[in-house]
Amino acid sequence: MGLGIEQIKKMAQRAELEMQRNSIVNLGIGLPSYVTDYIRPEKGIMLQAENGILGMGSTPKKGYEDPMICHAGGLPTTIQKGGSFFDSTQSFAMIRGGYIDVAILGGLEVSEQGDLANWIIPGKKVSGIGGAIELAQKAKKLIIMMTHQNKNGQSKIVKRCQLPLTAEKCVNMIITEKAVIHVSKRGLELKEIFLPYSLEEVLQSTEASLYLSPTILRR
Amino acid sequence: MINKETTEKYIRGLFKHGQTIMVGGFGGIGNPPTLLKLLKQSSTSSLTMISNDAAFPDIGVGRLFSNNQVKQLITSHIGSNPLAGEKMLQGDLQVEFCPQGILMERIRAGGVGLPAFLSNIQYAEALNLEKEKIEIDDQVLYIEKALKADIALIYAKKSDRFGNLFYESTAINTAPVMAMAATITIVEAEEILELGELQPNEIMTPGIFVNHVLLSKGVDWKWAWE
Repeated sequence: MGLGIEQIKKMAQRAELEMQRNSIVNLGIGLPSYVTDYIRPEKGIMLQAENGILGMGSTPKKGYEDPMICHAGGLPTTIQKGGSFFDSTQSFAMIRGGYIDVAILGGLEVSEQGDLANWIIPGKKVSGIGGAIELAQKAKKLIIMMTHQNKNGQSKIVKRCQLPLTAEKCVNMIITEKAVIHVSKRGLELKEIFLPYSLEEVLQSTEASLYLSPTILRR
Repeated sequence: MINKETTEKYIRGLFKHGQTIMVGGFGGIGNPPTLLKLLKQSSTSSLTMISNDAAFPDIGVGRLFSNNQVKQLITSHIGSNPLAGEKMLQGDLQVEFCPQGILMERIRAGGVGLPAFLSNIQYAEALNLEKEKIEIDDQVLYIEKALKADIALIYAKKSDRFGNLFYESTAINTAPVMAMAATITIVEAEEILELGELQPNEIMTPGIFVNHVLLSKGVDWKWAWE
């Protein structure tokens, strides 16, 4: 994906600021999974994994893995005090029922309207749709954490999604290595820029129209 | 009370060509190794398989794709099994994708005696499907049909001889739902206990849903992270 660990750390720490104390959060695989390591323990966040964990802990040390405790990416994890295991229908009762406060997912394209495409590139490998559709449509707040451009240098923040949609008008916020963009009724609002990128660089690498926040924070 | 403990030989005889088989598990965790080995040895073909995912090429359900036993797969994800993906692209495997939570609820509906349910999760367009819909109170709702199977293959940590089940950690995943949704539910258990050894409070699937119980020979694959 071409991002350095420092860039990922900045994105992850920024994403963490979006979690209110004691909230329930689901992190998708790929970039969002890095956020786990930057959640401040004192915030009382509980992570939900759609294979059936509420209160997911950190990655176990090598040699301490329990094959029966894995997260939705199929890799070993741990469980916090107060955590629980449950079956897939209960897991999606939490998701479809609207109990997830924040979902952070990866993205292929996000449009000016907040539409999300993140599950298929036609003609390329087909993985399947997993649980993303329901998370995208039902989480109270949806943050997309992704690179600003794709491998070919094309903007992933677009006027209209060209790829098949995961869900319409679902995204609340986009965090890339270059910027933090809010989705509002007016469109996409550029609120923060990550150093060392400049405003010009962000605008040049974004296909969608951005309107500028009165105060753009530089991080 | 009936003793449901059975033998490998008996189970082999239950597999037939063209059956629909549900297999419990998520990414291999909760896939029943001994039952899957028996299914593979049975050399039945044209199977329709219903499982959350296709696991990995050499783990759990993933192993069934190498010898073309499966004709159709109803699942939410096959990304971890490139072999299943190849078979799909070559046209040797029909794959019906369904969002994970909808898939599980369709199985639950099958298990609890509901022919279908209504949902407002929109994915027909994304998956290029024709989906029947109705409008209630100005909301567009999609008709999701129940899924049932001839056989469900389930993995449990403990079973007693009536088939009361206890599952371990994240290996629960799809098991309690699939256990209800098949004509014949076969359980592979790490331990088979006498009646009364499982406390009534710890039973996660009551034995009424279970037809046969087999003692597990344990996992015979290396996990993806090992």
